[in-house]
Amino acid sequence: MNLASTMAAPHFAATDSFIELAARERARRLLDADTFRELLGPFDRITSPWLPLQGIVCQADDGAIVARGTIDGMPAVVAAIESAFQGGSIGEVSGSKIAAALELALRDCERGKIVRPVIVFETGGVRLQEANLGLAVIAEIQAAIVALRRYVPVVGVIAGMVGCFGGMSLAAALCTRLIMTRQGRLGMNGPEVIEQEAGIEELDASDRRRIWQLIGGEQRVATGLADTLVDDDAQVIGAAVRAAFAAGVPDVHRSEAVERYLSLLSGVTPETVTPEAMRALFGGASSNRDERRLDR
Amino acid sequence: MEHLTFDYPARRVVAARSHVGVVGSGDLEVLLAPNDAMQARVVVNTSVDGYGHIWKSVLDRFFTRYDGAASIEINDFGATPGVVALRLAEAAEEAEGMQGARA
Repeated sequence: MNLASTMAAPHFAATDSFIELAARERARRLLDADTFRELLGPFDRITSPWLPLQGIVCQADDGAIVARGTIDGMPAVVAAIESAFQGGSIGEVSGSKIAAALELALRDCERGKIVRPVIVFETGGVRLQEANLGLAVIAEIQAAIVALRRYVPVVGVIAGMVGCFGGMSLAAALCTRLIMTRQGRLGMNGPEVIEQEAGIEELDASDRRRIWQLIGGEQRVATGLADTLVDDDAQVIGAAVRAAFAAGVPDVHRSEAVERYLSLLSGVTPETVTPEAMRALFGGASSNRDERRLDR
Repeated sequence: MEHLTFDYPARRVVAARSHVGVVGSGDLEVLLAPNDAMQARVVVNTSVDGYGHIWKSVLDRFFTRYDGAASIEINDFGATPGVVALRLAEAAEEAEGMQGARA
């Protein structure tokens, strides 16, 4: 893009949206140029055996894209979830693809060949039509992240607009570093589920401002539960992923700082807590952590 | 869910395969690959029942211009005929390597 077109176009038109990309294109953009090589792609036709039994049309890649390539010249694997297919839900096949990608990276790391893993979360969590099979494989993904992060940072990206919920929000929380946009959301239960289960007095799922104040990317970074807030721009997100790997493996992962978070939580009064109070209490957790990083 | 199959004559071999679209609301996925026989075969898996005649019309029109011996699989999630036509054209264009696509 030349200078003239940058000046002429408004900011939103000059950016190179990551959110608008489908999962395959997202994976391609996070890898170094022309290194994208898809594993178990759509023509391998590894589809869900459960959806047709329930009258639901399959997608040929089951909504999970796994690609090898390089990031800053280092071997890398990207697992990207396609939000448009069944809400990015994790079924037996899509989840197994992600778990296997991470487990293969782990095997390489154990042999001394470091593979950089990136997960592009865009998921409502388990695919309800596949129930326990989806849950079981989410546990496998979580175990693989924990095993892998001893060797290499496991980097998560939550760009939006679906966000990251359910069991996969726990997987995201296990990542070494999380990169979020303002549009991204990270939470265990989605707003609709909370409204349905706890009542509209607890949370009005149509109150978008409120929801993003609670679980949006800006709040998650400000409270140290995610690490980097980025604009919705493929190049900016790519640079943040590279920086996350360059920062190396920290001494203590966020999910290992149990005492720290128990003590922070003891300072929260659920009846009166506000987004601002959460920032005041939790803020800075992430920056403290990064000072203790190890460079490998 | 309905499965439909359509056959069309072909006049040339298709060299490359292509994949476009997603099985998302109002959209569809098209997988286009070379067919072994010198004819085209389209298999449609659709979430919306009872529209076989519309599929035939859309495909009849597509094959008035397309003569490749392709095996085409469509996984449809309620796409309108216009979207189907655009995705088919996109898949054909991608398989041809964009040659002359913008002429």
